Amino acid sequence: MTELSPAEQSPATLVASTEGRPAPTAPADGPAGGSPRASGGLARWQRRRQDLAVFASNRFALVGLVFLVALVLFCFVGPIIYRTNQTSATLLYSNLGPSGQFPLGTDPDGFNELGRLMLGGQSTLEVGFAVAILATGFGALWGALAGYVGGFVDSVLMRVVDTALSIPYLFLAVLLATLFQPSLWLIIGTITAVSWPAAARIVRGETLTLRTRDYVTAARGFGSWQLRLIGRHILPNSVGSIVVNATLRVATAIFIFALLAYLGLGVPLPATSWGQMLQQGITHLYDNYWWELWLPGACIVLTVVAVSAVGDGLYDVVVKRQAAGRS
Amino acid sequence: MIGYIVRRFGQALIVLVLVTIIVFALLHALPGGLVRAQLGAKANKFAVRQLTIQEGLTKPLPVQYWVWLSNLLHGNLGFAYKQETPVATLIAETFPRTLILAGSGLFLAGVLAIPLGLLQGGRRNSLFDYGVSGFLLTTYSTPYQLLGVILIFLFTIELNLLPATATNFGQGFGTDVKVLALPVLAIFLGNIAYFSRYVRSSVIDNLAEEYVRTARAKGVSRGRILVRHVLRNSLLPFVSAVGLSLPTLVSGTLVIEVLFSYPGMGTLFWHAQQSRTYPLLLGILLIVTMLVVVGNLLADLAYATLDPRIRYD
Repeated sequence: MTELSPAEQSPATLVASTEGRPAPTAPADGPAGGSPRASGGLARWQRRRQDLAVFASNRFALVGLVFLVALVLFCFVGPIIYRTNQTSATLLYSNLGPSGQFPLGTDPDGFNELGRLMLGGQSTLEVGFAVAILATGFGALWGALAGYVGGFVDSVLMRVVDTALSIPYLFLAVLLATLFQPSLWLIIGTITAVSWPAAARIVRGETLTLRTRDYVTAARGFGSWQLRLIGRHILPNSVGSIVVNATLRVATAIFIFALLAYLGLGVPLPATSWGQMLQQGITHLYDNYWWELWLPGACIVLTVVAVSAVGDGLYDVVVKRQAAGRS
Repeated sequence: MIGYIVRRFGQALIVLVLVTIIVFALLHALPGGLVRAQLGAKANKFAVRQLTIQEGLTKPLPVQYWVWLSNLLHGNLGFAYKQETPVATLIAETFPRTLILAGSGLFLAGVLAIPLGLLQGGRRNSLFDYGVSGFLLTTYSTPYQLLGVILIFLFTIELNLLPATATNFGQGFGTDVKVLALPVLAIFLGNIAYFSRYVRSSVIDNLAEEYVRTARAKGVSRGRILVRHVLRNSLLPFVSAVGLSLPTLVSGTLVIEVLFSYPGMGTLFWHAQQSRTYPLLLGILLIVTMLVVVGNLLADLAYATLDPRIRYD
């Protein structure tokens, strides 16, 4: 691969995107000696500062991060300050336009739309982050195992990944969500089930280059057992690309969550999500209740864009780190 | 080359077998089993018993899998008990429509992504590049139903040009084009970013190559370099990108079909979900996955044949 400025690589790479592009891999002439993790406190602190500077130099990423922080405050602290009734429907107030009492109007059930956006944002962000953590964790373990053990095990594990990547994710997610009682955890599990293979592929690729490093050979020479090797040496050194991938998973999970909501699969009442609010808005498309349609829609799009932007910035950091010869 | 083709075929075959195992496993993971799903929770136990035996569910699982698989190979995908029609018939009826919709969207996205990516890559980091990237990132991050709704809002509610439902598809070419316009446009918008991004990266990669410098030194104009030299080399990875995009494309089609009530496989799947017709759900899942696997295989083979530089041994 020729030198690519990091900006070429990311933002618009969301759904199913990590497959097409090469994962950021450590350069072959990286530190071959001792494990790169060994370092003093001061050096580590300096690196953190460098990483932050690299991240902040990407304006797009910085704006995205600020937006996400504001969003988390809005969704999780907002309801404490701005208390609204989000448990019992008041049909008398249904579909009211914005007014002094309801700054962003009300929804078909008479819930305050502003409070509803906070509540819907909670489940949306929870799904996004939970899926990212679970899918990346599981996928990383799977990929590390395949890449590290190699041979027949590798073939079997990777054929499973191929299969999982071939199944159109939305069809599988709908099917899985249909089999069980709807709940937040079902949604998280379902989206995780269709999100993990990407991480598996990336980590396998990293592992293939890392397993031949001297410090891994040395650890093996000491008689370190395989799982420990993977946990102590392989995974920590591919953490950069794992984090970038996890960020992209947040974006895809929020995206898929919204698609599922349109097909009628969401979190059960009285909870809600932006996708479900959008779905309600779509059923009232011809009634001109713009606040029910465009507000949750804008929330989803902005959040997905912001998360991708942060992923873009993190990607910059990983690329700079690798250029500096540390992973 | 022959070796590569054989290996690639073998790989696709393994994936297909795994897909059938997964679908078979899901069929048996149904809450209360297939018989309960079909007869309902309140069915009397004699009926349950009878259907269990009739469906061969008392046999060992490997035997059941074998029977199911041989049925599958003979084109028998089971019976959609709510629709009272064989699953294969329903799929055969709706599949061509989905192919038209997804195919047109993919074609449009692919064809327009090439000049777009070429221009973006050629004028990297210009205002044009940033503008197009930003716009495409936004459409790419927009859930398909919202893309569709935006189109309906513009073209149906504001301009009153195109219909917002595709229910009356199949009544002559004229209406079909009108009816398909918005769904195809939605699929196009949802997928173009992926392709144009690919072409753009590829163009930027190629512009850094030696042959471009040579062409420059000869005095070839910038536009000619892009069209004559860079374009051809950038199209190759694009072929495999198309293969990789298929699962996303098909997933998007599901939502778009439901939104526009287009009578394709996606809408059929959704109806099957609403009525809990599991054989139909699993049959469609199986068929779309097989199509994706075959599509991927074709893309990889095309890539291998088109690129003479790569030797697959």
